[in-house]
Parts: sequence; C-alpha cells; structure tokens
Amino acid sequence: MLEKGWIGGGNTGRNTTIVRSNYLFDESAHLYEKSLQLFEQLSQELNYNVMMSQRGVMNLAHNLHDVRESKRRVFANKLNGVDAEWLEPEEVKAFCPIIDISPDARYPVMGATLQKRAGVARHDAVAWGFARGADARGVDIIQNCEVTGLRIDNGRIVGVETTKGFIGAKKVGSVAAGHTSVICGMAGFRVPLTSHPLQALVSEPIKPIHPCVVMSNAVHVYVSQSDKGELVIGAGIDAYNSYAQRGSFHIIEGQMGALRELFPIFSRLRMMRSWGGIVDTTPDASCIMSKTPVENFFINCGWGTGGFKATPGSGWAFAYTIAKGEPHPLNAAFTLDRFTTGALVDEHGAAGVAH
Amino acid sequence: MLLIDCPYCGERPEIEFSYGGEAHIARPENPGALSDKEWADFLFMRGNQKGAFRERWIHTQGCRRWFNVLRDTTSHEIYAVYKIGAPKPPAPGEKPVAAKKPAAKKPAALKKGAGK
Repeated sequence: MLEKGWIGGGNTGRNTTIVRSNYLFDESAHLYEKSLQLFEQLSQELNYNVMMSQRGVMNLAHNLHDVRESKRRVFANKLNGVDAEWLEPEEVKAFCPIIDISPDARYPVMGATLQKRAGVARHDAVAWGFARGADARGVDIIQNCEVTGLRIDNGRIVGVETTKGFIGAKKVGSVAAGHTSVICGMAGFRVPLTSHPLQALVSEPIKPIHPCVVMSNAVHVYVSQSDKGELVIGAGIDAYNSYAQRGSFHIIEGQMGALRELFPIFSRLRMMRSWGGIVDTTPDASCIMSKTPVENFFINCGWGTGGFKATPGSGWAFAYTIAKGEPHPLNAAFTLDRFTTGALVDEHGAAGVAH
Repeated sequence: MLLIDCPYCGERPEIEFSYGGEAHIARPENPGALSDKEWADFLFMRGNQKGAFRERWIHTQGCRRWFNVLRDTTSHEIYAVYKIGAPKPPAPGEKPVAAKKPAAKKPAALKKGAGK
C-alpha cells in the first residue's frame, strides 16, 4: 500500500464524515448498504473505536419536485431493504428541533427523507482503524512514497515506479481519488473524470444542539455536529477543474447562506477552519471500480463527493475484483465500459452534492 | 475567487462566469458514423490535466459569450485568455514545436465555424 503523503492526510482527513446508504438505484443501494452494514460492525471488527454514531440523516425537500423525488427514493430504498421513511414538516421539526420549518421561508421545508441507521463516523479513526487492521493482516503501508510511473510490458502491468524506487507487482490497484486521471495518464488511457475542489468547514465548538445530520440539495448545505461540538458543514464543489486543495470563497458564502436559512439559531456562530479536498467526479455521479485496458491494473475511483461512506464496501468489493480478476456482483455495474455501453448509474439526485 | 479577464468585457470576478470544462473538444462532424467507443471518447473522456489546462468559460452575467482560458490547475494562475477560434497561446514551458499541434487541428475548428 503506497501513500503519496501520510495516512489520512488526503480526502479521508477532509470529508464531512457522513455515512448513509439511501441511494436511488439498485446497484448503488446494494453497494452502499453493504458498506453501511460493514460500518456498523467496524469498531468490533477492527477493535478500534471509529465512533460510528447512527444518529439519522435527513434529506430535506423544499419544493414539489423534491417531495416527489424524495418519496420515490424512500420507496426504492425500502424495496432494496434499506431503511427509509418520509417525514412531514412537523416530524422534521420533531426530529431536529432547531430547524426552521416556517412556511413563509424563501425555500420552505416541505418534508424530508430519513434514514435512521445513517449517521457519522470519526474520519481519522476510520483511517487509522483501517491502517491498523491492514497492518495487522500483513499489509505493508509505505507512506511518503509517490507513484511516479507505471511499468507496463505488452499491455500487462509489471510494477510501479515510485519516489523510493521500482516495486514489481503482478497486480496493481489504483485508489487515487482526485489524482486518478494522472495515474491513468501514466498507463496511457483517459478516464471520464474531472477533478474539483470540494470545500468544507467547521464552526467554533458549541454545546450539543444539533442531534442528527441534515442535508438539503435545494438550498444546498449539509451539516452535523461533531463530538467536539463543532458544526461540520459542506456543500457543492467548485465548478472549475483543480488539484489545488482549495476553492473559491463564494462557495462558502453560499453554504453559509443556506445554513442561516435552515438554522436561524446559527446566525452569529463563528467559523473556525475551512479546507478543500480534490474529488474525482464522474458524469453519472457513480464510482468506477473496474478492470482497465491494461491487464492486471485495476482502478477504484470516481467516488466524487461521497467516498467516505463507501470505504468499507468499496475496499471489500475492490479486493474481490483484484483477487479474482473479475468484479463482484456488487460492483459489476460500475465498470469503465459503462460510458461506452451507455449503462450509466445516474445518482446525481442521491449524491446530495451539486456537481 | 478567480479574477477572469473576459476578452469582451475585461476583468470580472468569477461569480459572473460559468464553467464549460475542457476546451478544444470539437463535436464530431458525423456522429452517426462513430463507434460507441469514439462517441464515448467525445462525450465523457476528459484530459483533466494537472498543471496548464485549456478550458472554456462563459460570461453568464455579462456578455454571455464563450471564450477559452489557459489556467494552471495546481495554482489557479491564469496564463492566458483567448477567444474561441483564436490561436492557442503556448503554456509556460511549452516548446514552439507544440504550437504546431493546434495548427494540425485547426481545419476541424474552421469547418465548424464555417458551418454557422
């Protein structure tokens, strides 16, 4: 396991820690639900407290289209065995008392989907729990070791060039998030990815007041409260391509406006830190876990704005894919080929982050 | 926030603009003749360069015209802004030899313009 920087120093350390599985289509729902089930056991499995807190995630609806789309998603989730329910505005208020549901709001809350088993997990703990678990199972984790080239012989991968020298390998899997295009460029093929900054920020710590995770696609903000008391806030990506791990200020201004709209109580709250991670977005907002034109070279990418929730399921299915040389039924739909065949898995609605 | 020098209106803040992704991707002359793979290449596959990157912007809140920008995706520095159809300004460190490449692609772009 080669890491350019240090464990947890990339997007893992920069995400907003939300874990849920309420995706619309069968393929996504199955994969994310597998992941959520693994998350539920993760602290036991790793013997490391990942602070998984199933406090519930609400996705708000602010107009009739939102209401119809959300209810459709609730029904689809139920059919896939994913827990989901529809809440009327008063029930939203009961579940999260600080939210403003007044009907004269610019974008009134007309209801919400709720996944009670969803919630948050501590991102650092998840990263270090995985690292510790992998290490205990015999994985060599080499930090500060950047892959600078791929050695390919007759269309088959034979190893990687790194800043610490050449490493021979029969099979190579790339899980490079925002830098996947760069890695695939070394292998000589293009991928349908664009890399963008996704910004997030935290407020000053306050006493526990926000009991769940609230996401709103329409006014566009998502927010939860960490165990340290900070509000953890995110929204959409910056529109432009970037590898700079920072974005433009108006994106933050927009999400603060949305936060203020939904939670008037936070109007005087001060923000502490903001940051950006580089996310690899796909045209259909679904991941790519796939074989590639290079034999024995596999890619796991395109998680875009929502990879953290998928980490256990993603690793599980990708391990299978690498070991067997063929995708598991859970990730069979998420091939690179789907952009040629047209069998896209369009999850822009459930992805919850505008891009 | 980026300051973008619209070739028609001058320097304006980024919020006046919308992004159009990678530039110089010409719509195929005869889409029906393409294989699925070639169509997918046109539709979905992108360069996504780390470093100097040619991209399209539109001045949505201003003149509503499209133009090209040469920008560094690691520093966000804008090297050049140029109109659609104008010759590509070289990226920093780009050799003059590279300037030949756009010349080879030019006929396709010209044809497209002529079609208007």
